[in-house]
Formats: sequence, C-alpha cells, structure tokens
Amino acid sequence: MHLKEADLKDFLRKYSVAMILLIMIIALSLFSWRFLRPSNLINISLQTSIVAIVAIGMTFTILTGGIDLSVGSVVALSGALASGFIVRNGFPLYSAITLALLIGVGIGMLNGLLIVKGNIPPFVATLAVMAIARGLTLVYTQGRPISGMGDDFVYWGSGKIGLLPVPVLILIIVLILSYIVLRHTQFGLYVYAIGGNEETARLAGINNDRSKISVYMISSFTASLAGILLTARLWSAQPNAGVGLELEAIAATVLGGTSLMGGYGGTGGTVAGAFIMGVLANGLNLLEISAYSQRVIKGVIFILAVMFDIYTKKEKKKG
Amino acid sequence: MIDKKKYILSLENIRKTFPGVTALDNVTFRAEAGEIHALVGENGAGKSTLMKIIAGIYSPDNGSIRLGGNIVEISSPGKAQSLGIGMIHQELALVPYLTVGQNIYLGREPHRYLKAFIDWKKLYNMAEEQLGALKLEVDPKTFVIDIPIAQQQMVEVAKALSINAKIIIMDEPTSALTDKETRILFGVMRSLKEQGITIIYISHRLEEIFEIADRVTVLRDGLHIATSLISDLSQDDIVRMMVGRELGDLYPKNTIPQENCILEVKNLSSGKLLKDINFHLNKGEVLGISGLIGAGRTELARAIFGIDSFDSGEIFIDGTKVSINSPGEAIRMGLGFLTEDRKEQGLFMGMSVRENITIGVLKKFSTFGFPSFRKLKILAGKFIKQMNIRTPNVNQKVKNLSGGNQQKVLIARWLNLNPGILILDEPTRGIDVGAKAEIYALIDRLAGEGVGIILISSELPEIIGISDRIIVIRQGEITGEFTREEVTQDKIMQCAAAGGRYAS
Repeated sequence: MHLKEADLKDFLRKYSVAMILLIMIIALSLFSWRFLRPSNLINISLQTSIVAIVAIGMTFTILTGGIDLSVGSVVALSGALASGFIVRNGFPLYSAITLALLIGVGIGMLNGLLIVKGNIPPFVATLAVMAIARGLTLVYTQGRPISGMGDDFVYWGSGKIGLLPVPVLILIIVLILSYIVLRHTQFGLYVYAIGGNEETARLAGINNDRSKISVYMISSFTASLAGILLTARLWSAQPNAGVGLELEAIAATVLGGTSLMGGYGGTGGTVAGAFIMGVLANGLNLLEISAYSQRVIKGVIFILAVMFDIYTKKEKKKG
Repeated sequence: MIDKKKYILSLENIRKTFPGVTALDNVTFRAEAGEIHALVGENGAGKSTLMKIIAGIYSPDNGSIRLGGNIVEISSPGKAQSLGIGMIHQELALVPYLTVGQNIYLGREPHRYLKAFIDWKKLYNMAEEQLGALKLEVDPKTFVIDIPIAQQQMVEVAKALSINAKIIIMDEPTSALTDKETRILFGVMRSLKEQGITIIYISHRLEEIFEIADRVTVLRDGLHIATSLISDLSQDDIVRMMVGRELGDLYPKNTIPQENCILEVKNLSSGKLLKDINFHLNKGEVLGISGLIGAGRTELARAIFGIDSFDSGEIFIDGTKVSINSPGEAIRMGLGFLTEDRKEQGLFMGMSVRENITIGVLKKFSTFGFPSFRKLKILAGKFIKQMNIRTPNVNQKVKNLSGGNQQKVLIARWLNLNPGILILDEPTRGIDVGAKAEIYALIDRLAGEGVGIILISSELPEIIGISDRIIVIRQGEITGEFTREEVTQDKIMQCAAAGGRYAS
C-alpha cells in the first residue's frame, strides 16, 4: 500500500500538469463550441505567451529556492523605456529595445547582488525592487501612457508569421533555449543543485553566488522581453502594466510542477501551467463569468497548486 | 628531526579558534601514504574541525599544512579536490532531486562544446564504472531521493573516489550502513589502500577501528593526545586517552523494576507497519526494543505517543484505557518521547540552551503569559549542572554544542516535564563514549525513581547492558521477548533477522 502511494505521487509529480491541461481542453470544448475554433486557440496562445515568458524566468529563480517578485514592475519599466527611447529620444527600434533589455537585466543583477552580497532574503529584496522599478516607471512616464511607436515596433506584439503570432513564436524560442540551458549546461545543473542542497553545491566547489545572480538576471531578462512584447501588443506603454503579474508567473511555475522549495521542476511544466491558467480564463470568459470572480478563482487555484506540490513532495524524504 | 618526506600529509601546530572556543590547539597530525589512519576523540574534541581544515572548509589561524612535502594552502573545497583530497561528510550531503550520476560528478561534469554543455553520456558511463567498482547495483540515472539511505552513503563514497583522490577523509561513513554494506565498504577501503591511497577514518565504533585501521590519532579537547600503531593499543587504552579518565562500569544496573504495570499496549496494528503488537511496561522498568532499522520500532513509539494514528488496538496507562491523538495529549498523560533525530525533530538548533530546556514548562513559570526569565534561567542552570552539560553559559546556542551535549539538553527538556513513562529512541546515536556513560547512568537513576523507560536501540551491547527485558520486532511484529538473564546477542539477531541481517 505504501509503495503504491509513492508510485502514485511519482506519477502525479511527473504528468499531472499535462493531464489537467488535457482534461480542461476536453471539458471546455464540450461546454462551448467556440472554444476549439482556431481564432480562439490563437487568442489564448497570444494572451498566455506574455505570462509564460515571464514565468520561464521565474522558474529559474524558484528552482534555486528563491523567488522574484519584481517581474511585474520590470515588465512595465522595460515597456515604458523602450517606447520612450523611440518616441521621446528618436532611437532606432533595435537600439531602443536592446537598451531597454539591458536595463532590465541590470535590475536583475541588482536583485541578485542584494540577495547574494547583501544577504537579503529573495522575497524581501525583490519586493523592494518591485517597488523601486514601479516607482521608476511612474517617474519616467509621469503616470501617463506612452504611444506612437510606429508599425515596426507594433509588429513585435501584433504581427504574425504564418498562423503564429510573433509573441507565441518568441515564447517557443525562449522555452527551447531555457530547456537547453537547464538540461544540458553546467549552469543549469547548478541551478538544480543549489535549490536541492546549497551547502553541498558549495562544497562541490560550485560558485553559488555567480549562479544565483545569474538566475535573477535571467528572470529580469524574460520580464523585460515580455514587457516589450506586451507594449507592442497594446500599442502603448502603460505605467500600470504587469501589476499582479508576479502572482500569475509564480502560479504558472508551481502549477507546472516546480517545487517552491527549489531543486525540482522545469520550464516545460511552467509553460503548461501558464496555459492551464490561460485556458481557464478563456473558458470562464466563454462561460460569461465576471472578471472579478475570475480573480477569486485564480487565487483558489494557486492555493490548490501549492497544496498539491506539498502533497507530492511529502514523506519522500524517508529512505 | 622528523622525516617529512615519509608523510603524504602533515599538519603542524594547527590552531583554530571560534568565538568563545579553542577548537584546536597546537595540533599535529601526520598521515603516511597508503595507510588507513583512524582519528578518534569525543564529540567536541576537534576531529571534525581538523578534517574540515584538510578539506578546505575552514582555514587554520596558525600552523602549516604539507602535502607530499610541499607547503600548501587549502583555501576552498574546490582547491582541496584539485589537490586530490576528497571528503565524505558525516551528514549525507547529496542533492535529493539530482540523479546519482549528477551527484557523483557535481562540480566536475565532463563537458563538450565551449565547456558549457554537459556530456551526459560520458557522465553516466563514468558513473556506471565508478558504481561498478563499489559493487553498487544502482542506476546512475535514478534520483538520489528514491534510493535507500545506505545506498546514498555508498554514492558518497563513489563521489569521493571519483576525484581520483590521493587522500580520502571519511567522517563516520558506517553510521547508516548495515553490516553487509559495512563489509563492502571495508573491502573497498582495503583495495584503495593497496593502490597507495591514504584514508583518514573517523568513527565512534572502536571495533571498526581495530578491524580496519593501521594507526590511530587521539584528540581530546582540541589537543593532540597520541598517535600510535593500532596494534600497540587496546580498546581500553583508546577510551582512556579519549576520555582522560577511567570509565567505571559502562552499563550500571542498580535498580530492579517494580510490580505495577504503568503502560500496556494491546493488539496495536497499523497498516503494514505494525501488526498486533502486545506488551506492557512496569514502573521502574527499562524495556528494550530491538530490531532492524525499518522494522517498526520508531513507528511503534510514534503511534503510542500520538504522532501517527493507528488502525486498531488499545493503550492503557496505569490500568485506564486512554486515547492519545496528539503529542500534547501524550505529554499531559505523563509520556515523554526522545526522538532519534534530535536535530530535525528534537532541538531548536538556533535557540539557546535555556530556551531549549525550558520550552515545555513556560506556562508553569509565567504570570499572565509573561514568563519569569530569572526563574527559567535558574531552572536551566540546575539541569546544566545536574546533567553535566558542557556549555559556556545558558545563552549559548544549541547548534554550537557537541552532539552529546545537545542530546543532554534534549533529555533535560523531557525531565523537566517529569514524565512517568519515557520513550528513548536511539538516545546515544552519534555521541561519544563519555556522554554515553552519563546517559546510561541517568537511565538507571530514572528507573530507580520509578520512571518506566522504553529504550529503542540498534546497538546490541547497549540494549543488553541496560534493559530489564527486551522485545524484538521484525517487520512490524514482535518476534521475541527475553529477560535480562536469558538474552544474548545471538538470540536477538535470530529474532530480528531470520533470513536477514542485523543492522548495527
């Protein structure tokens, strides 16, 4: 009996995300004929891609046992900066985007340095940086949206290659890159090692500090990228863009099977987790449930995902 | 003049202090190539500190380290590895959700393309080879968390071997191993020795040291006491040097149990863990529970103490049927349970000695919810004195004490509650012989005061030495019961492991 339970947990640990997603898709297509229409599916992918890209970076920090609460603010800041550089300073498109991304990565480095060199717990350090980055966005934009970036910028959010919207394509590229980094590079292995047992990693001669700073830089990079795509999709940079996005990114990560304790999980699951939430939101819309109620449901789902994580990890420690 | 060339590793006049403690004072330690050199001493004697200096985890305040005659500075664990020094830590230091192979080569992965990508195929081939050399049948691609503790320990050994170490430090490697696995490990150690590899071996088990080591170094209170060929010494000699005084009878037994039964367990069953358990405990009796690791001993204690629920069965305390649903209820009924895992489940490692000793009785010493810290301090001081707990003061953090003193702090907390029934789960695990003797004497004294004691232990000499009666559990069932007079190690082993083996 005991063995079976362990096997069940193991199975759930590995495949539950895919199963939940599949069940939801089947259920929703039965409930609403509109759900399976290609335009609706593309719409879900487009809406999910922003959260999913942010969540991929978030997964890196959570895998090390950390967390990054600043992503929502970084989304807003990088969108505002890229737009401002184009509209106010007349920078060429790619210079503006590159510069905004670099500043975003710099904020990630700040997160990492505060955590590693300042010994501040990730929750606190990134909470503070979340406030700082949001404040900087408001200062820079004077609280007003920035628009008028031109068609070549807007293309990054609203364009299509074949049937695929550009942000979805970028999500796929980011996902593939993250998979290669996590599963095939030394750095990726160290991310898991640090989350699993930081002291062991240190004793193995690994430079934990460098790896930890790197994951926050990655998290900020994906957030900045998502911020630029979001701005391009909305045709304007909103000073309040990305508010609450950290919760959605964390929820996608945990739903996707990555342990909040660190050391276990991956970005494939995270993207599936983001799609679970995207499909759910879409389904609730189709079922005409109000946006306010949807928030409550999202919160409940988040709690269930964390409880599930704790359940599948429990009792595994005993040999 | 000593011939320094003879020694592959020599540490001269090493001094290391931590705030408030001198861990090592002018210690000299020399190891020859291709020897197994045992390092013994009580907990707190400085063994671990000395080894951590060799492994690059600490750096000494004073003194020099020579490797093959050259002065070296071992500034980090990575440096130690590159100098050919591997260490197997006492506490398992594997990453649970990495595979066996990933753990073995962590920090030293074979790579390809730009040195950033890991060559998984090569890594697993190498791991397979390394595990094969240890006769360990485990798939290098399984997660470490999914294999038994004993195998994890062998993975640690594989990890140390994989750096092509010239010197391997083993800190209590057998503490979680079964007899058979210990044999395999010893076989590996002998073949390493033949290849000219030096092994520094730390263990509390003197029998093992006499079996495997060539020479021994004894430390006491941070001082070097002696280094000698093992064949020139007896066990008693070593114990005397470790403790610094003569130990009396290790297992005092001055009391006899009384007639009245204080605890009775009837038909207790819980899934496959416990099957129809029946036993009783008298006032002032020491009841030993023996069996293999995983036989259900701890599970039985946890069920009685209300930590885990059970399917069926009855528990009587002083003849009254009771239902215990939580540790809190158990404590109110006069039970105490000393956990086998003092670090994880017993002590608050970051809190002070006083807080740890008195946390169970705060209410008794409080007015309107405000505890009297003066009274608590006096109380803690009383226990420190009575139990000979070695700590600079009552405010010392428990994590800074040695294992034996930590255990005494935890026992003091239970004594504070005046339990009528005390369950001790492996009370002497990982503590030195001096502290052991004190704990045995304490058990005898408590029994004399009428406390009923259930002693769960994997150490046969200990359980035979201090129990009035012994029951043996195998796979959740009681398979034997012996009085103090009739019990022998063989009888216990037959009941514990028919067809299996005894875990020590």
